[in-house]
Amino acid sequence: MTEPSESFREIARLVRPGARVLDIGCGEGDLLELLGKEKDVDGRGLEISPRGVQACLTRGLAVVQGDADRDLADFPSGTFDYAILSQTLQQVREPRQVLVELLRIARRAIVSLPNFAHWRVRFSLLLKGRMPMTACLAEPWWSTDNIHLCTLRDFTLLCRDLDLRIEQAVALADGRGARSINPASPVENWRAEQAIFLLGRAS
Amino acid sequence: MGKELGLQQMVGVDGGLMRFGRERPLVLDSGARLPEIEIAYRTYGRLNADRSNAILICHPLTHDQHVASAHPLTGKPGWWTQVVGEGRPLDPARHFIICSNVVGGCMGTTGPASVDPETGRPYALSFPMITIADMVRAQAMLIDALGIETLFAVIGGSMGGMQALQWAADYPERIFSAVAIGASPRHSAQNIAFHEVGRQAIMADPDWRGGDYALAGVRPEKGLAVARMAAHITYLSEAALQRKFGRELQRDGLSWGFDADFQVESYLRHQGASFVDRFDANSYLYITRAIDYFDLAASRGGVLADAFTGARNVRFCVLSFTSDWLYPTAESRAIVRALTAAGARASFVEIDTDKGHDAFFLDEPVMHRALNGFLEGAGQARGLRAA
Repeated sequence: MTEPSESFREIARLVRPGARVLDIGCGEGDLLELLGKEKDVDGRGLEISPRGVQACLTRGLAVVQGDADRDLADFPSGTFDYAILSQTLQQVREPRQVLVELLRIARRAIVSLPNFAHWRVRFSLLLKGRMPMTACLAEPWWSTDNIHLCTLRDFTLLCRDLDLRIEQAVALADGRGARSINPASPVENWRAEQAIFLLGRAS
Repeated sequence: MGKELGLQQMVGVDGGLMRFGRERPLVLDSGARLPEIEIAYRTYGRLNADRSNAILICHPLTHDQHVASAHPLTGKPGWWTQVVGEGRPLDPARHFIICSNVVGGCMGTTGPASVDPETGRPYALSFPMITIADMVRAQAMLIDALGIETLFAVIGGSMGGMQALQWAADYPERIFSAVAIGASPRHSAQNIAFHEVGRQAIMADPDWRGGDYALAGVRPEKGLAVARMAAHITYLSEAALQRKFGRELQRDGLSWGFDADFQVESYLRHQGASFVDRFDANSYLYITRAIDYFDLAASRGGVLADAFTGARNVRFCVLSFTSDWLYPTAESRAIVRALTAAGARASFVEIDTDKGHDAFFLDEPVMHRALNGFLEGAGQARGLRAA
């Protein structure tokens, strides 16, 4: 799945220049390349598909073939300034565990995900009675990699449970510009098609 | 510079023999010393003006420095022409490519078949035991003698991959990047076991004569051939053997005897018979032992990551093959885990193939693209342009 570059630009805006970054589920390396060019980061990637890793190698990126559910344990604590999980949390087997791992490996985590409570998703299910298919959720239920979809509200509650602090939240919807939002707001839970979170540890 | 180092060289445009005098003995891990060593090597391409484009290829157990040119004994093409050559990932038009025969080998570098200067007779079993680190130490002497301070890349598969890792552990400041293909940070019990079968086959051959076969004018060809046959099975995979041979027969019908009825038997016999034409039995003993002794973490309290603490600035590319049961992917993952823990810049791809360990010699487009991409990226970071 290729993510709109709008979202990558928002992620890049959250990253401090020169930082050490791990991009988990980095695909063909689009975001890592952008971060290298614009923020001069020292970037590494983890990607499950050999094809993606190969594409990253061709671009001179340092990427390891591996699985977010299994291989994050290989990274020592505090190695990175940011661990980025872009449109991947909903595809892992253990989202809770992966979130905890992100903030063990890195001081901050940047997580982007589709909001299953966006109005288009709600209406699609309500009116058609079928699994929603939208720009963000483009695959039919039988071929999607998304096994743990959640809503904005679900995610903010999980962060509270895990003692993670949401330092910034940005909403993206329908090609309109990115907006800073209060992620706990019920209105945003209708309006935000995708959200990007900058997370830190609460303590 | 040659005189100060006590070396004499006979350098052709594309390699030669580097001689190191008594002033530059090779000090070995065992504590022994090899005085007056010779290192046979081949080169392809030209060293550029700022000496930044040199790549060292480390050859695997049964190969030698003839990477991309005809073998002087067999006349066959080089063993890595898929990877080295015009338009290939390692391209003589851009890179200065070096490969030297390992210490203990039998293609010109000092080994058990060489004459011991102390006695005037072949070393045979009086040759000291060698290790992967000793091989690398000798390579570093060669690189010094060629006037190269930093290698752009050190690259190897199998035992060559072990050497590439050893370079990263022992000379991290002298390498810009390292590639280990189908390698392992240590030799496993199963692999030691297969090596032991090979060595016992050689030593059980009456023509081995306690290692002194050269003086008697004979060679333990049968034993060496059996060693090669057993080892060759480990380089393939069950699926590849089935695909290539199945239960196909050589002729119509069974012989009801012990001739090579099956094509796979005939193939293995051919592998054994052709190997003895180009390999020395004692070299096989010494080099397999060096691999058995390889355990990069052992001298670091079992912590592999500690082997790479000096290599934080080295770019690594680790490649493995799904069907390689000699050095399975788990071994490569252990390497990557250690590199990551050491903070090194590591890339890793597992290549899907049924061709087993030997896939790294073969036409594996994914491996070639990965190598190409990695070297391209590293070349840009080093500011390499065509020589």
